[in-house]
Amino acid sequence: MLYREAGQFITHYRADQRLFRLRQDRIGFYLLLASAFVLVPYCGNDYWFSAILIPFLVLSLAGMGLNFLTGYAGQLSLGSAAFMAVGAFSAYNFNLRVEGLPFLLSILLGGVVAGLTGVIFGLPSLKIKGFYVLVSTLAAQFFVQWVFTNFAWFSNDSSSGVITAPPLDVFGLDLSSPAGRYLLTLTIVTALGLLAANIVRSELGRNWMAVRDMDTAAAVIGIAIPKTKLLAFAISSFYLGIAGSLWAFTYLGTVEPHGFDINRSFQILFIIIIGGMGSILGNFLGAAFIVLFPVLMSHIANGLLVGVMDSGHLENFQKIVFGMLIIGFLIKEPNGLASIWQTFTQQLRVWPLRYWSH
Amino acid sequence: MNTTQPLSPPPLLQLEHISLSFKAVKAITNISFAVQPGEICALIGPNGAGKSSLLNVINGVYRPDEGAISYNGETFNIMQTHHAAERGITRTFQNIALFKGMSVLDNVLTGRNLHVRSSWLEQVFNLGRAPQEAVRQRKKAEAIIEFLHIQPWRNNVVGNLPYGLQKRVELGRALAAEPKLLLLDEPMAGMNTEEKQEMSRFILATQREFGTTIVLIEHDIGVVMALSDHVVVLDYGKKIGDGKPEEVRQNPQVIAAYLGTQH
Repeated sequence: MLYREAGQFITHYRADQRLFRLRQDRIGFYLLLASAFVLVPYCGNDYWFSAILIPFLVLSLAGMGLNFLTGYAGQLSLGSAAFMAVGAFSAYNFNLRVEGLPFLLSILLGGVVAGLTGVIFGLPSLKIKGFYVLVSTLAAQFFVQWVFTNFAWFSNDSSSGVITAPPLDVFGLDLSSPAGRYLLTLTIVTALGLLAANIVRSELGRNWMAVRDMDTAAAVIGIAIPKTKLLAFAISSFYLGIAGSLWAFTYLGTVEPHGFDINRSFQILFIIIIGGMGSILGNFLGAAFIVLFPVLMSHIANGLLVGVMDSGHLENFQKIVFGMLIIGFLIKEPNGLASIWQTFTQQLRVWPLRYWSH
Repeated sequence: MNTTQPLSPPPLLQLEHISLSFKAVKAITNISFAVQPGEICALIGPNGAGKSSLLNVINGVYRPDEGAISYNGETFNIMQTHHAAERGITRTFQNIALFKGMSVLDNVLTGRNLHVRSSWLEQVFNLGRAPQEAVRQRKKAEAIIEFLHIQPWRNNVVGNLPYGLQKRVELGRALAAEPKLLLLDEPMAGMNTEEKQEMSRFILATQREFGTTIVLIEHDIGVVMALSDHVVVLDYGKKIGDGKPEEVRQNPQVIAAYLGTQH
């Protein structure tokens, strides 16, 4: 009953176009941010930062990247990890080869290079549609990995293409502790997340969805289809590139091209399928699911099945359950966790009454 | 409007000897007709007569083999879709072509995309022209939503709306572009009498309030006779009648080919 809009009258379009129309949502969002920035660094331990929170945030960001392209603009992609790799390796090289380039700027430039790469592999989407675009992104996936494995220049001649994080020095602060890396990741992901919410609610976001839903009609009402598609590839890959840098530098510390293989691309695809296509919140929910589920499973398994199954079987068992859950999701709720959340909040708004009206 | 207006204004749209074929099938053969500014012109004819193809030629979805299209003082051999859109030609489709995953409001706003002046970067960072423009575009979109009486559904996803409402939203998306020439492909297909009357009122109100020139395809002869200022009759890709509704009604060829089967 607390979750009501009673007494909240929207009298300006500007107020209606806010990210959170409901006061309760706004308060909840600020509380969430406050606890993420203040409470969590204070209470959290290194295991939570390094093994759960940082990968959760980075994968959420990667999910956003793919969601722009697939969930909003309707272009299928299996090349997410390739663009992450381009971002990470470019940032690494900028940082290495340009004297005194700040860490944040290296990451940003890495994102830009990834964005441009995305545009190149997006070019075929101007001529081909649907599943065939997948082939182009698949080509990106294999080509990029091959380049970084075979040309040692990109990893500064290190063995097997491994790159190592530069010092995590931001505005003179040393952020190499787990809490520091968490805060750095959180800041970047929050900023890009808010930007993402703006992008999808802007004209560009509407044009993406228009192209996704009915491209003939989109062309007839004057939307420039090539520009719209290529911007989707560019911005999607930019986000993925930044996520790749964070994955390499704030999560893993060292990474080889193999760390950005097609399994990573699939993982990000699962995030947006489970979380929800065409939703910003969905990326966070999907990433949380992907990160937490294996942890939860192993805890349950350790409690219940230890001694019954050996660890090899257990791992396979987890994969089976995970696969079944994804299939279940696709059947039961094709719009993902975000849609479940939306239904829940709508019901909460009228609770304890039953009917929803406008 | 021109201050030095001739007695009878030049037509807004003129098709001259348009022919279109798909491989060996002739869809349209040598069709010419003119649409005066501000009028409602109906294209009628049996299924497969080439009506939708003709609309597709006018706004550049199909490329005619022969002929020319004069529109608002310019002549085109082949119209491009974006040229048509930029010059104020917009349309609705026979099988609703809305953006199904978007809200009513977003569909209508998308219809205004050619009127948006701020760049995508300005919008994304909410800088420069963007904040004011967002409100201005919203006002325009709301005016259309109000005009079509679809306010209660503005935030609903259009894919979940009933058919009749979707037709109305599609008209809204087209009107949001502030078109000079509006092409409606069977705006009342599949509607009951009441819904048809409602849609007819919206079409007439569009002509009256915005001065929009309308070319529409419709099968219901009663509706056509009541709505239109000008009727063009097609049969097997050829024009067999062209004139005021009452003239066309008298035309023996038309009666034989089309109306005859109805009465």
